[in-house]
Amino acid sequence: MVKLPIYMDNHATTPMDPRVVDAMLPYFTEKFGNAASRNHSFGWVAEEGVDKARNQIASLINAKSKEIIFTSGATESDNLAIKGVVEFYKDKGNHVITCVTEHKAVLDSCKALERAGKAAVTYLPVDKYGMVDPDDVRKAITDKTVLITIMAANNEIGTIHPIAEIGRIAKEKGVLFHCDATQGVGKIPVDVEKMGIDLLSASAHKIYGPKGVGILYVRSKGPRVRLTPIIDGGGHERGLRSGTLNVPGIVGFGAACEIAGREMEQEAQRLRGLRDQLQANLFERLDEVFLNGHPVQRLPGNLNVSFAYVEGESLLMGIKDVAVSSGSACTSATLEPSYVIRALGTDEELAHSSIRFGLGRFNTAEEVDFVAQRVTDEVRRLRDMSPLYEMAKEGIDLKSVEWKRD
Amino acid sequence: MAYSTKVLDHYNNPRNVGSFPKDAVDVGTGVVGAPECGDVMKLQLKINQEGVIEDARFKTFGCGSAIASSSYVTELVKGKRIEEAMAIKNSAIVQELNLPPVKIHCSVLAEDAIKAAINDWKTKHEGRQPQSDQGKAAQG
Repeated sequence: MVKLPIYMDNHATTPMDPRVVDAMLPYFTEKFGNAASRNHSFGWVAEEGVDKARNQIASLINAKSKEIIFTSGATESDNLAIKGVVEFYKDKGNHVITCVTEHKAVLDSCKALERAGKAAVTYLPVDKYGMVDPDDVRKAITDKTVLITIMAANNEIGTIHPIAEIGRIAKEKGVLFHCDATQGVGKIPVDVEKMGIDLLSASAHKIYGPKGVGILYVRSKGPRVRLTPIIDGGGHERGLRSGTLNVPGIVGFGAACEIAGREMEQEAQRLRGLRDQLQANLFERLDEVFLNGHPVQRLPGNLNVSFAYVEGESLLMGIKDVAVSSGSACTSATLEPSYVIRALGTDEELAHSSIRFGLGRFNTAEEVDFVAQRVTDEVRRLRDMSPLYEMAKEGIDLKSVEWKRD
Repeated sequence: MAYSTKVLDHYNNPRNVGSFPKDAVDVGTGVVGAPECGDVMKLQLKINQEGVIEDARFKTFGCGSAIASSSYVTELVKGKRIEEAMAIKNSAIVQELNLPPVKIHCSVLAEDAIKAAINDWKTKHEGRQPQSDQGKAAQG
């Protein structure tokens, strides 16, 4: 029997790997020093821990350790990259290119710059699989473009963007390329050299590390990227991010990266197997289930599907011993359904019916079987209760109905 | 996001789920909401010649609170005269189910469903018996 509740929301956050916890523990107690203390062993010991982590993280993305800037998480990294570049290069231009399905940390940083009159932003559309067309990126570049910011993989639908191609275009045109790789690093190969990435955001808690620590990779050569810091203070992290370093968190991030890098190939294969099993089970047992995102170019642990005629939040409520998430309006603070699913051009109602399964390191085949059965039973129960399912079964075209809105 | 015990109870054991034949003379059907808004409620009331609601059925596409609101309404209207049912306010549903502010629209939709179902029944009766029940309803 599986242990309940089951956690299958690993895009939101991940449980910490016990090996990561073990690596961190000494840095809370005996190795508690401030990494900036240059004059005693407590500081040196802490600094050693940070240096090691910097190397571990850099090697996972094929960067140099001095190119890693520690932050409080990927949201801060995105803010620093976008606002920092736009501010520093303001004499060169003010145009930023991004896409409509980016994380809010990117979109809202762009919007803040627009509101402040500091940038003009192009929001590229995506295709029905949620993928950006590199050609669109190329066409959007003007002589005022200072930054392209496109994520590695989408946090809702798992679609992996053609990052290397976009990186090539950016190089060719001499425009800086920032990649929010929060969902990609540690799960799929990310190589800043091969992919032509100039700035990259990542976070520890998405890869079985602690919350509250992230990095911004900042290219040092070819080209050397300059930034205006958004936090001022003691000049830590080459002056780009002041503030005492979160040494235990950083050590944990390093350990998490080392494990993720070592086990990536095998783990990705295992997760893909589990994900395909979940998908096959759901699609075999239920009619009118739709995949959101790319059928192939997607994160190994991601499955995002819409169960037509069933509202997402009510489904989550019915499978309360399984933790997944929904793009339904009712689960968001704004009462709007997922902007990512809507950007795919699918029917609005399918956005309300979407469920995201995020498989991770600690999920098992038994859990997948249990979840597939639980979801199937609940979808059937809710469809028996759904007037839309009844109408569809009677052959009524729901689009031809004149709905009475408030 | 925590649900009230009553919402959970109605969600887990919804009362009066199902459908009556839409064309039956004594059945009034109300369908309110829209799929792209994430809520559609279908409420059906079986109303006798005296204008008393004898039975009710619902089907709802929507969040747990929408399902609970419609389930509760089917219990609430049974045995009531149509004039009494028309007077039901969404606040009664909010109070009974302890709905948080973001879910008040579910109760509004349920109130609209009652009115739509009764109006449908009235329309059917206007067509068939031009001057019988209408007069009574207006007086009440």
